[in-house]
Amino acid sequence: MNSPANKFAIEPVVAPERYEFNSPSLHQFALARRDFFKLLGAGIAVFAVTKDALATQETAPGPRIQPPQLPKEIASWLHIGDDGTVTAFTGKVEVGQNARTSLTQSVADELRVPFSTVRMVMGDTELTPFDMGTFGSRTTPTMVPQLRRVAEAARNLLVEVAAKQWNVAPAALKAAAAKISDPSSGKSATYAELARGKTLAQLLPDADPLTLPSEWTIAGQPLPKVEARDFVTGKHQYTTDLRPDNLLYGKILRPPSFGATLASCDVKAASALPNVVIVVDGNFVGAAAPSEHLAEKALAAIRPQWIESPQIISDREIFSYLKHNASTTDSDRRNEKQQKGSVSGGLASATHTLESVYTVAYIAHAPLEPRAAVAEWENGKMTVWTGTQRPFAVRAEVANALHIPENAVRVIVPDTGSAYGGKHTGDAAVEAARLAKSANHPIKLVWTREEEFTWAYFRPAGLIEVKSGLDSNSKLTAWDYHNFHSGTSGIETPYDVPNQLVQYHSVPLVLRCGSYRGLAATANHFARETHMDELAHAVNLDPLEFRLRNLSDKRLRAVLEAAAQRFGWPPKKSKERQGFGIAAGNEKGSYVATCAEVVADPKSNKLQVVRLVTAFECGAIVNPNGLRNQVIGANIQGLGGALFESIQFENGCIKNPHFANYRVPRFRDLPAIEAVLLDRKDIRSAGAGETPIMAVAPAVGNALFDATGVRRRAMPLASGA
Amino acid sequence: MVEMPQQFNLVINSSPRAIRADPDTPLLTILRDTLGLTGSKYGCGEGQCGACTVLLDGIARRSCITPVSAAAGKPVITIEGLEQSGRLHPVQQAFLDAEAFQCAYCTSGMIMSSVALLQQTPNPTPAEIEQSLQGNICRCGTHPRIIEAVQKAAEASRVHRS
Repeated sequence: MNSPANKFAIEPVVAPERYEFNSPSLHQFALARRDFFKLLGAGIAVFAVTKDALATQETAPGPRIQPPQLPKEIASWLHIGDDGTVTAFTGKVEVGQNARTSLTQSVADELRVPFSTVRMVMGDTELTPFDMGTFGSRTTPTMVPQLRRVAEAARNLLVEVAAKQWNVAPAALKAAAAKISDPSSGKSATYAELARGKTLAQLLPDADPLTLPSEWTIAGQPLPKVEARDFVTGKHQYTTDLRPDNLLYGKILRPPSFGATLASCDVKAASALPNVVIVVDGNFVGAAAPSEHLAEKALAAIRPQWIESPQIISDREIFSYLKHNASTTDSDRRNEKQQKGSVSGGLASATHTLESVYTVAYIAHAPLEPRAAVAEWENGKMTVWTGTQRPFAVRAEVANALHIPENAVRVIVPDTGSAYGGKHTGDAAVEAARLAKSANHPIKLVWTREEEFTWAYFRPAGLIEVKSGLDSNSKLTAWDYHNFHSGTSGIETPYDVPNQLVQYHSVPLVLRCGSYRGLAATANHFARETHMDELAHAVNLDPLEFRLRNLSDKRLRAVLEAAAQRFGWPPKKSKERQGFGIAAGNEKGSYVATCAEVVADPKSNKLQVVRLVTAFECGAIVNPNGLRNQVIGANIQGLGGALFESIQFENGCIKNPHFANYRVPRFRDLPAIEAVLLDRKDIRSAGAGETPIMAVAPAVGNALFDATGVRRRAMPLASGA
Repeated sequence: MVEMPQQFNLVINSSPRAIRADPDTPLLTILRDTLGLTGSKYGCGEGQCGACTVLLDGIARRSCITPVSAAAGKPVITIEGLEQSGRLHPVQQAFLDAEAFQCAYCTSGMIMSSVALLQQTPNPTPAEIEQSLQGNICRCGTHPRIIEAVQKAAEASRVHRS
């Protein structure tokens, strides 16, 4: 970074811990090609163009055009059929975060039609506009306004059509309940009637929507999840449930350890098995067969010779490795730093100083639906159904890997069995596609749980060093903060510190790493909020009082105060080994504070989280029902990383690649848990899928200290406490 | 490694289904790949996550580690078998009402485990619900609503009985 005033790159500029965005594909193959086409029904269509794209666009905003082939600049579009059906298109995907519902609500709200009449087509590279991906809590702040904008333009088009028909001024007409009406004459026409026989299209620039949150009627409501019934009957088809005719099941031969390469392999016996297809392409060896069991048998019949490369770092020495292998080149863009005042001066003037080191283990996403894909190769065209957060990136990945043009690949994302940042790559898609290309049959490939825990990417481990100083009024004078490897999200302190140096140090990868819900914000909040707690105890101040004394950010103060109020802070201990902790932070435009109560026994090493209260604010709430699910869900998921999740590895192998030895939160780990949602109708909605996870670990760790007097500076907290 | 497919007469959701399979084939594979009943999910294949839970002779079983041979001749109920003439089972209805899911990949298994619990224990305490769902993983963290849904289903069944 060049200037001290520079802020850390926040999304959508890609954070450095999204390693998977720049990592090469797991597989690379030999060649081919083909094309595609698309259709648009009659009716009224509106396309939203992104702001940046408009500058380079020849067409000025506004003019009616015939629908072109969707260019990359189109961010979203909407179509009202001549039967009145409303279809909105977005490249975003549904992975359990409930975007399908919140986006449907926003379209219905802006278009003034019932919620149930809007159908959302999502994540299909042939039908939906290009999209970078569903990550970084961007769906609500970027896609909601875009869809609202197209809905508003479509509404205005319908008003114009009606005005022309009735020969009245458009301003005199009203749009409501899928009808345009003229209050003075009493005339009205449904959207379906107005759209009939038309082929109107409009291209419009991205701009803020007109309907303010205070005037929302459908958005803002706790509406139920779209198509919810299909999830309780088992009817919804995830990628893993698709069964095209003539399907074969694929399995991939995995190396015995990370970094191993294939020297040779004898596939004679395996190829001789009936109805089995074996594909060997470079390091890639796969089998396809009429059942998973037969595909496994075929793999077992292959005789591979692997050349293993020594993998010397294990989970025991990872943190000293991170400390001693940080990149030292200042020119490395990834070694971002932010400076203000003089840290040495701030430390010299302090009456209290404190220095501590925090560590965070590698963890896995462990989505319950494993990475999976169904691929079909037909007439030179590859269609892949897969649960990914980045369908367009996966399209490119498949095209690159197979050496076919991108327009010969279609990626479709069925609503997916969760992702948490873990499904940004197309590993399973590429594998299924490669098999499908040779097998002449559609291929289904579902990673086993062990493959999930071994070959997916992890949230990076991290080492964080903090030095700080306080003056005699317990105000921060200095903040020296160094994050090794885990990343830059949430790295900046929200507290008022005149002298600070905050730096991220990149380290070469040991394990395959990438995005995870909240990115490094969890690690950075664990370090910062634990350190803040240590400082409060050092000067005998209540941890909440100490934070407020050093904090002028009003929105952050508001969530701290809301959580404290609901929790009953300052709390009084009513039994032995009881402890209370608090932590807070902001990231990606939203604010969170969590209070925790634990009961801990330092002798037996038992730690029970009894209660969590999390206050959360993300501007105007689009769907309080879905938001509550996300906030409470993030808290429970956060408990896993806080308490016991940790990937163990040695000699290039994962030692705990099963749910039996990689512990995730289960029912008996549940505390009483409350979410306090602050609805700020005056603030534009931010995303909410990630930030509510950040404050859990430090709040629990601080409560553990309060209960036992033992300070844990490592995540997970419960291992070897 | 000689395959010895045998015939098994299964009773799935009250319908007799004759299939040929290796006796060790997991029941889950038969349900999903042979019979097309994909409501039961693969989550781990190791009996650790509960996404594949079905009722075998009225007892909640992990179908991914239950060999098909163990299911022969016994009634198997899957998520597809709960709805009766368009009416959701009270547990399904309660999950829907509480929106006790996010990605919902665990939902079939959660519902089947809860149905088994309520058949044995019509008025479970929260602790009993936690105990019987301990083997079912929800990665989205929707546990509190799931407990709420099971309690609501128990209430609804009480009203229905009285």
